Amino acid sequence: MTTLLNIIIGGLIMGGIYAIISMGLSMQYGVARILNVSHGEFIMLGAFLTWTLSQAGISPLLSLVIVSPPLFLIGFIIHRTAFKRLSSISGGGAFEGNAMLVSFGLMFILQNVAMIIWGSSPQGYQFLVKSVTLGGATFAVNRLVVLLFALVISIGFYFFLSRSRIGKSIRAASQDPIAAGLMGVKINRVMALCFAIGALLAGLAGVLLSMIYQINTAMGMSYTVIAIIVVVLGGLGSIPGSLIGGFILGLVGSAVSYIEPSLQLVAYYVIIMLLLLVRPKGLLGR
Amino acid sequence: MNILEGHGLTKAFGGRVAVDNVDFTLAEGEILGLIGPNGAGKTTLFNLISGALSIDAGTVTLTDSDAGTRRVSGLKPHKICHLGIARTFQAAKNFPGMSLYDNILSSAQFGNKHISDKDAKAKTDKVIEFTGLEPLMDKSVKDIPLAGQKRLEVARALATNPSILLLDEVMAGLNPSEVEESMRLVTKINESGITIIMIEHVMKAIMSICGRILVLHHGQKLAEGSPEEISSDKSVIEVYLGG
Amino acid sequence: MSQYTVVLLSSIIMYIVLAVSWTMFSAPTGYVSLATAAFFGAGIYTTAFLGEFIPLPLLMLVGGIVSFVLAFLVGAITLRLRGVYFTIFTFGLVELLKNLVLWFEIKFTHVRGRFVVSIDHTTVFWSLLVLLALLLVAVALIKRSRFGRALQAVGESEDAAAHIGVNTTLVKVTAFAVSAFAAGAAGAAMATRWSYIDPGIAFNSLMSFMPVLMAIFGGMRKTAGPVIGAILFAYLEELLITRFPSLYMIIFGAIMVGVILFLPDGIMGLVTKLTRRGAKTLEHS
Repeated sequence: MTTLLNIIIGGLIMGGIYAIISMGLSMQYGVARILNVSHGEFIMLGAFLTWTLSQAGISPLLSLVIVSPPLFLIGFIIHRTAFKRLSSISGGGAFEGNAMLVSFGLMFILQNVAMIIWGSSPQGYQFLVKSVTLGGATFAVNRLVVLLFALVISIGFYFFLSRSRIGKSIRAASQDPIAAGLMGVKINRVMALCFAIGALLAGLAGVLLSMIYQINTAMGMSYTVIAIIVVVLGGLGSIPGSLIGGFILGLVGSAVSYIEPSLQLVAYYVIIMLLLLVRPKGLLGR
Repeated sequence: MNILEGHGLTKAFGGRVAVDNVDFTLAEGEILGLIGPNGAGKTTLFNLISGALSIDAGTVTLTDSDAGTRRVSGLKPHKICHLGIARTFQAAKNFPGMSLYDNILSSAQFGNKHISDKDAKAKTDKVIEFTGLEPLMDKSVKDIPLAGQKRLEVARALATNPSILLLDEVMAGLNPSEVEESMRLVTKINESGITIIMIEHVMKAIMSICGRILVLHHGQKLAEGSPEEISSDKSVIEVYLGG
Repeated sequence: MSQYTVVLLSSIIMYIVLAVSWTMFSAPTGYVSLATAAFFGAGIYTTAFLGEFIPLPLLMLVGGIVSFVLAFLVGAITLRLRGVYFTIFTFGLVELLKNLVLWFEIKFTHVRGRFVVSIDHTTVFWSLLVLLALLLVAVALIKRSRFGRALQAVGESEDAAAHIGVNTTLVKVTAFAVSAFAAGAAGAAMATRWSYIDPGIAFNSLMSFMPVLMAIFGGMRKTAGPVIGAILFAYLEELLITRFPSLYMIIFGAIMVGVILFLPDGIMGLVTKLTRRGAKTLEHS
């Protein structure tokens, strides 16, 4: 019973984080048409900035607020420079492929700049290392805090997107860029905004991850792969798909790693293979 | 003899039914016109026949004097092409990186099984002459005018040596004299023994060269008959001709 | 030649093989494959398993066949998907194989890595050179053949190709598998460079990116493009990777971004443009 509860809690924590990073990637791909392979590097940056701040005695909870604006800004600037130029030189079909390759380049740059700054050995800090007993089972407090924030951020962002004015223009732009442009949505700015929001969400996920796991400068790639899997699973560009897909993958991952930890990624890959064969558009794809 | 028959053809995209339980027959040697308002499901029907889209329900069968009747629905586009059903695309789909000649030669090489390079080239020359494309041969595909693009589209389909040709709006956007020329070409193709289904909005062309017309509306068959019958059919006038 | 030169040249030839074989499939079809590391790794493991039993040319043949079959299977599933889906898949394949092999080794053979039979550098060099020669001949033949035209047709308009009778899936899968053969054979030959390998070394996703960057950098329209790109980056890697690995990767990333943004047709495209401009100026003078 306790085992099952732990698998579920673990699954919900991972699921919440997966949902955050996947919604971020979904913003970047669904609206800006950039399958951003450097997504995981923003997670890593979020985690390491939090670590650096924690060394100066700043609480990681505070880092959630401090770390996100600069990452948002970096994302915005990258889009306004590199990707804007790219969309002006490569038309239609070529853009997606080239954008992905540019983001691969960014991945190498960001990861190795981080390696020069922070080195390549794993880092971590102590945060709320206490445990509580709930209903007969014991849980680490930091995991529960992360679970709470992961749920609040992922579900909160979903509602932000479906309710707010900005969210509506973003959704309009993703469904029909040309019509949205005619209706006064500044399409280039919306795309840059989406890319920046993606970077911000990645950063937040990084802050949360650093509270419970060891971090290292090479950690980004595996999260990128997971985010891509979730986004494909939920349907490319579908925000609710990413939210649900994130939680599904988190729970499956948690269960598989309880049985056979080394097969976690293999399990993800098999899921995606099967899904793409049966339903190529993803769970909630249009 | 019915060379092609469709039974209960149905295709839905998400919740929208684009082609809804459509039956049709195509007699050997005829020109069948396919008309209907935009979004009526005409091109989707072509996509179902040519294998570009999978069919949700229904069958398409092809009958020829040698091989008898067989199902073509469920086959891949290249197989359907090899069985003798060729098509053109509404927005010309050619190979911009190849010369005009190579565009047609590709059709001859891949559309006919086990054809030698020599025969493929002979076929290509024949098609170029037949479609009157010689004056454009030295141009690159990107530089030829719309009428030429449409003609190339037809030539590419013809080079696969079809017995049935599906023409999707080959006259859209042409000026009156180009429409005349295109009508002559369609008639000439038909006279050479190829059965034709054509989607067209140019009413004059449809009414004068089609022996029979099928009207689609909201994915369903609304009416079927000779040009005279269609032009006096009340329901057709209501949804289409009158509008 | 000194041993150092032989090793450097071998590594350059290996990169040329990888870049040219990548270009052979990805340039005409427009499907960006990131599976090179998977095929290269399959070749490495072929030698790790069979190195003691059969000679190098046979190892390369077997490594090539293993990769060919692997690519054929993966291609048959994934090449029905378009564009970025395919790229993601091929990228995931490297990670999948890495994890699967690791799991298999730990579970069943109880080792993490393997020792690889040692073969002298000169033999490896000559074997790779023969592989490259065969590959270049194959590429030239394919370009002129009906198969090459089908490949081009698929890349330019897949729908149109299918409707004129091209079995697009078969054409794509075959080209993908042939290109994988070369990568697998190269992996089998290069395996002997490491005396010890594990899944992390064999399935290194950087080997998927190198050929892409080399081809884009050199330009994909002519075979000379990936060759030039491969020579340049192989040399750059030799200069920088052991002493300044992070700096090398930053330069690698920056060039990748820069070339796509400012040199869409690569170096060869630039050369063509410049010579054409040069010719025009001569005409006018």
